[in-house]
Order: sequence, then C-alpha cells, then structure tokens
Amino acid sequence: MKVTRRQFVKGGVAAFTVTFAAPEFLSDLAQAQGARTRNLVVLYLSGGNDSLSMLVPYNDPFYYSRRPSLAVPAAQVLQVGTDSSKVALGLHPRLTGLKEIFDQGRLAFIQRTGYENQSRSHFLGTDIWSTADPTNAQSLGWLGRYLDSLPSPVDPLIGWNTTGSLPRVLQAGHTSVPAISNTATYAFASPNAGAEATAERNTAVRISSHVPVDRPELAFVYGSAQAAMATLDRVASVATYQPTFAYPNTGLGQALRAVAGAMYRGIGTKVFYVTIGGFDTHSNQNVTAANGSYFNLMATLNDALLAFHNDLKNQGLLDDTLVLSFSEFGRRISENSTGATAGTDHGAASVMMTMGGKVSGGLYGTAPNLNLDTKNPTLENNAADVHYETDFRSVYAQVVDMWLGTDSTKLLNGNFRKSGMSFI
Amino acid sequence: MARKSDRQIEHLLRRAGFGARPDELDTYREMSISEAIDTLVNYERIRDDVDENIGKPGYVGTTTRGPFLPMSNITDSRQRWLFRMVHSDRPLQEKMTLFWHNHFATGYAKVAGTFGATEGARYMAAKSSEDPGKVRGQIEMLRENALGNFRDILVNIAKDTAMLVWLDGRTNTRTKPQENFGREIMELFTMGVGHYTEEDVYAAARVFTGWNLQRPGSVTDGSQHYEFIYNAGQHETTAKTFSFPIYPNGSKTIPARSGAEGIQDGLDLIEGLAANPNTGRYLAAKLYRFFVSEFRQPDPAFVDRIASVYLQSRYDMKAVVKEVFLTPQFWDDSSYFARYAWPVEFVVRALKDIGWAGFSVNDALTPLSNMGQVLFEPPDVSGWDAGQTWFATGSMLARMNFASSLAANQKFNLATASTSSAKTPESLLSYFQDQLVTAPADSSVSTELMTYLRATGAWTASVAQVQSKSAGLVHLIAGSPEYQFV
Repeated sequence: MKVTRRQFVKGGVAAFTVTFAAPEFLSDLAQAQGARTRNLVVLYLSGGNDSLSMLVPYNDPFYYSRRPSLAVPAAQVLQVGTDSSKVALGLHPRLTGLKEIFDQGRLAFIQRTGYENQSRSHFLGTDIWSTADPTNAQSLGWLGRYLDSLPSPVDPLIGWNTTGSLPRVLQAGHTSVPAISNTATYAFASPNAGAEATAERNTAVRISSHVPVDRPELAFVYGSAQAAMATLDRVASVATYQPTFAYPNTGLGQALRAVAGAMYRGIGTKVFYVTIGGFDTHSNQNVTAANGSYFNLMATLNDALLAFHNDLKNQGLLDDTLVLSFSEFGRRISENSTGATAGTDHGAASVMMTMGGKVSGGLYGTAPNLNLDTKNPTLENNAADVHYETDFRSVYAQVVDMWLGTDSTKLLNGNFRKSGMSFI
Repeated sequence: MARKSDRQIEHLLRRAGFGARPDELDTYREMSISEAIDTLVNYERIRDDVDENIGKPGYVGTTTRGPFLPMSNITDSRQRWLFRMVHSDRPLQEKMTLFWHNHFATGYAKVAGTFGATEGARYMAAKSSEDPGKVRGQIEMLRENALGNFRDILVNIAKDTAMLVWLDGRTNTRTKPQENFGREIMELFTMGVGHYTEEDVYAAARVFTGWNLQRPGSVTDGSQHYEFIYNAGQHETTAKTFSFPIYPNGSKTIPARSGAEGIQDGLDLIEGLAANPNTGRYLAAKLYRFFVSEFRQPDPAFVDRIASVYLQSRYDMKAVVKEVFLTPQFWDDSSYFARYAWPVEFVVRALKDIGWAGFSVNDALTPLSNMGQVLFEPPDVSGWDAGQTWFATGSMLARMNFASSLAANQKFNLATASTSSAKTPESLLSYFQDQLVTAPADSSVSTELMTYLRATGAWTASVAQVQSKSAGLVHLIAGSPEYQFV
C-alpha cells in the first residue's frame, strides 16, 4: 500500500502549539544553546581505515617491500610535504579535493593515534573510541556525556545522528539524540486525512509527552517517540535546503548535505554524527585501481567532504564547523596475499583528520617507520602493526577544550591534554 | 506447571515465535504449557509446507516483478522469509533461524558485490530443491539446523559459500593466512572476546588455510556454482598452538599434519571451541537476551543451567532451547514484555494482530529498513545491536508510520471486525486493546485514546466513523511505546 503525499500530516504550528512541545519555544532554546555557532561533525570511518593507503609514506622502502600489490606508487601520490620527523607524505591519488582543502590550511592529519593494548576487535575498538574509555567500553558515549553536561532542558535536536540507529558515542544518560537518516521520510503518517489525521497527531504528541515512572526501558522508548514528534517540523525545513554546491549521490554525500542544511536553517543542532562504511578491507582492497574497493572509498570520502567544505564556505558557515574523523583501528602493514585479492588485516594505530575554518591545517605527529625490525619503536606486535604515538583522547581533549568549550579533564575523566599539538 | 492462561501462552508465542495468528492462538490455547513447549520444540512433527502457500488467497501477499524468485532475487528472498514468519506452523524454527542469522551475521551486499546480485541471493537463500546446482543458501542451512547440533552448525558455517566470501576464507592460503574468519569464530561465534589472544587469531587463521571455494557444474544447465573445497596444497601444515585446550586431554596444540590430512585441523579447532565452557556461557547469555529479558543482565543461575545443558547434551540446541522455556527466569513476571521488539518481530506481530488480507510483505521492506533491520543485511558480523539502539527518533517514527500504513491498508477489515463492538467509544477501545496486547500502560494512555475517539464530533457509530476511528486507534496503539515490547 502506498501512503500518498496528502496523507502525511506535516502539521502546521497551529495544530502543534496547543500541545506539549511548541516549536517556537524550542527554537528559542536552540538559539540560546548556540544555534549557528560551533558545530561539531564527527565522521566515523567504519571497519578500520587503512591509513597507510590514505596518507602514504612514499619514500619508505618498507612500504613498498611489505605491500608489493597494494602500495601506491610514489609518482601517483599527492604530495603534502614532510612531517616533523622529516618523513615525506602524500595523499591517496583520489583525494584531490582534500588536497585542495589541505593547501588552504583547513585540514589537519594527526598521525599514529590510538591507545595501549588494542584488541583489534571491531566492536570493542569502536566502543573504546566511542566512550573514550579503554577500561569501561560499555559506558556512555563521550559525545553523549557532553550533551548531558549542557544546561537542561536540552533541545531534542541538540544532536543529529545521520545513521538509522543510535551509536554508542551518542548514548547519553538523559539526552535523546534523534536518528535522522532521511529527512524526506521523517514525517508523521496517518491512515486518515484532514481533521481525523490532525486529531491522531495531537493524540500521539500528548501520549508521548507522558513519562512512565519507574520503568526506565519504557521511558526510553517514550523519549524517542517524544523527540520524534518534537522535531518533525524543523527537520522538514532541512529537507527543502538548496545547497550551493552539488553533493554526490552517496550515503555520505547525502548525510553531509542534510548536516549543511541543518546548520543553514539554524535548527539548533550542535553535534552531528556521520559514517562511511566499508573500510574492513581484508581482501580485494585494490588501492589504486579505478573502481577498486579502497579507491572507491577514497572517492566517496573525497567528493562528499569537498562538497561539504565548499557549500559551507559559500554559506559562511565554515568557521563555525569542525569535522573530526576517526576509525576503530588502522590495518596491518604487510598485505595478506598478493595480486588482485590482496587485502590487509586488523592493525593498530591509525590517522585522524580534522577539517574546518578554524583548523590549523598540516601534518601532526610523526609517521611510522615501516622497517620490519621487531625493535622498531614506531611499530608493535613484532613490527606487524603501527604503534600509537598520540593517545586518541588527546585529540578529543583538544576538541573538547578548544572547540566545545568544556573542561576535557572532566568529560574524559583524566588529563589527556598534549602540549605542542594545537590543530584548532 | 500449573494450568496456563492466555497470558502465558501469548508470552510463549511472542518469544518462541512472532506472536500469534488467531488460528495459532486457538491451537495453542488447547494445550498445557508443557505440551505447547513440546510442540514448538519438536517442530519436525509438523509438515513444513509453508512455502507452498505463497501467492494463495487467504495469506499475506507478495509482490513480484515477473516470476517470484526467492532463490535468485534478494527482495523475493526477504519476502519469502517474512511470509514464513507470518504463516509457518513451525514458529520456533523461524525464530531460531533469525537467531542464527544474527549470530553468524552475514551480509548479502558483499557476496553480491563479489559474484553478482543473482549469485548473492543464491548463496544467501536458495533451497537446494530449487537450484540447478543443488546450492543450499546460508539461511536454508541455518533453518535446517535451527535446533541442530551447535558443532555441526559451526562446521557448516565454516564451509558455507556466503561465509567464505563474507569473512574472506576464500583467500585464506598457505603463504598468506587470512585472519578474518579465524578471529570472528572465536570472538563472535563461540567463546567471546577476552578468551583468546592475538596469537590464537594467527593460529586459527593458519588452521583454516585451504578452506576455499571451487566452481563446479556447467554453465549451460545453470548448475555452475561456488562451493567449499579443502585445498590441500594451500594448507599450512605446521603445528598450531593455542592458549586454550583443543582436545579433551587438555592439549592446546593441533599437531603438524600433511596437506592431505590438514582439513582435520579445522574440525579439531571447531570441536575444541564447541567444547569450551566459555562457548556454552556465551550462547546462554545470548539466549537470555533473545528469549528471556533485555532489562537485566543475564541471570548467573540461568547461564549456569543453560551452559550445563549445552555441555551435557554435547551441544544439542534442541535440548538447550527447550531448557530455556523451562526456566523460572523465562516465566518470571518481570520477563513479560521485557524485550525490545526487533523490527521484524514488531512487523510480523502487527500483521498477525491487525490482519494481512490484501497486504503485501513487499510493503514492509522499506519500513523495516527505516526501522534499522534489513534481513540478509546485518550491519556487520556482530549482528544487529538490538535493545535500545532500535529506538532512535527516526526508527521510532518508522514504526509509527508502519502502524499507520498497515491500519490504512486494513481499514475496511478492521471496521467490519469491530462493528459489533462500536456502540460506544469505550467499547471500541476495549475491543482493540484486546486485539493488540501491549506492555502494561498507564491509565493516562487510555484517557488520551478516549479523547481521540471523542474528538472531531459526536459518537454516531456510523460506518464512516467506525472506519476512521478503528484505523486511527490501531495506528495509535500499534505505534505506541508499549507495543514495541515483546
């Protein structure tokens, strides 16, 4: 059965103000909590990004000897200079847009980020990056804790998760973050039309505004229903956003388009979460072949971020925006077979990226030396994997202190501030 | 156990199945609880003829573009499975198949990306009786072994074509051991994280070297297909030592073997993993969350009991799952409606409660995706996150909107069924609250629903009024937070 357009009740303010959650009030609240200022966009590269293929140490002979099938030829990389340890680095050849942004000084790479005793499990790893707590990865997300720390009442659109379900990083104690993967279908349907449909919507709003006592599980579901009802109209305004730059028709591209729309409309969201999957490249990694799997990942990443960057720049929003990327781990240095099927297994430290108008672009941290020597201090696990140099929480700490304006030592339960690394 | 009430039988069928059709409820009402458990668990006594009813009147519909091809078109595979969930008289078989699909979570997209869309659906969902090359897709293997021996399921999954693509076993060779399957069989399929080391992962990768694919059959008759082969020349033959026992005598080392005999390495590791006490406990905890409660941590007494049945029965899942339904934890009051309904549980139960005549399961596929669950496409090898993660605003809205579209689709049927109960708004509400059983709701919910029934004009019980109010009420109840629990 098809629900016709007419049957959707987008609902006017008139139908809505009589009920619990009035949108003008929320917009005021949103303004007070800093709409159109300081957005944080967290980008998760899911599956374990092979950062050695993204930021290539193209003068390291071991890079080529350990990756006869997968290495990017030195002549193809997009050179971005040398890091503080004098290692020459180049971007993956498909990252031409990121190279542009890098050259404008708005993109930073933080090399060898990670933590001690990494399990190489996707799930534990993702939980650790999400909670910023290697010892208790089942706790609330670090962004969720940040949202909890804001003065209440917190606007129900304070966070925006562009995936279908709530990731741990946004799990909060008392803040419900909406998952809005498609702004067009984020509307309230009814089997009836006209006044009947309006009556249903009013009833749904009233029922969901009720909070069951002493039943936290039911109250949680109530919270999601309530937040849905309270955000319908503002999200609908995002669906009609006309960007100034064409976004690619990929999941990431469309997610970032919605993020830009939300910023442009000033609907009050401070924290956005976007993901790109497919980085678990155990086989057929095809780093350099056009349409190879890693090549395509770089294409998707590059084209979406470039469109986002250019659109925000045109809209005057770039200075208000910080993009922070992470992945649960890097990949093993040596490829796991040869030829077209070659891939890489789970590894350790990886590279984080930050992008935005206030970012001090450049290369932070030092590249690993890929020499297959078990005493090589930049590697671990018998020189199989890259050893971390910067605790990932030091990167979070700078974002928390310098961008979100909250005390990182409290939010991260410890002092992870690292001197000499100021990318914001 | 004492004589059952409807409340108990409904609880059992929400967990061991996907709720109850009116005819199912009539059947099970006649049984004692122990007879009901017996019937559910020994489903092989009931004829497996559900697929024969696809496309027949009286059943939920399917939508096809040309012929219905569940063995080669993944949309049709999804429709067939939803059809089975609604109409199978072996509900526990479908429920356990879903459990295993989540446990050995394999995604269609990677298989399709490797071999093409048609082949992807084939290795996920073909029945051997309908495939020219006798291919048995992964879900059919899991369905046939739904209450089988866990060790056999592990052996089958290690040789499963879709799994050999999904976790890259097909590229696992002597000189280049591939860790993906070796890691996940320990982390996600058996013992769980924390019970193995990185060295164990390397050793497990080496154990499964040579467990690859071959492609026999002929192109002309369509029988050509990929299937498991043990490639003796690609097996790494040295001994493999683990941090945990592989053999009953406590030995942790799989001895060096010739390439020709090397397949035994994998069988030995699987036997060792199946026999590991951590595996029984890992499965028990997972069964607790799937069948008993997500509101509490798995009860240690339950885990002990189930894990011990697992070991004593030598991994017989029929004995294990039956035991789950015999535990006091399963029947405890606090376990009723103590699970967050998975999207497919919600959708199938709604169809059984609200009605399906004139509805096509095809129209549930996009809503299911918006709710966060696409069959044959779990988000990753650890399966769906489940629990509270199903309930973000967008996915909650998708549930409310599915309730709306099903209510709209069933508008006339609902009005016909409720006419005799529609004399007053109170009687109509009471009728639908009986039809759609939910977790207990505060009285304010009924008050609001009464306000809805009285809004937009005086109660006349006209045909038009009963139609719109019945549909609206069903929408509001099935879309309510209380209905999202099973």
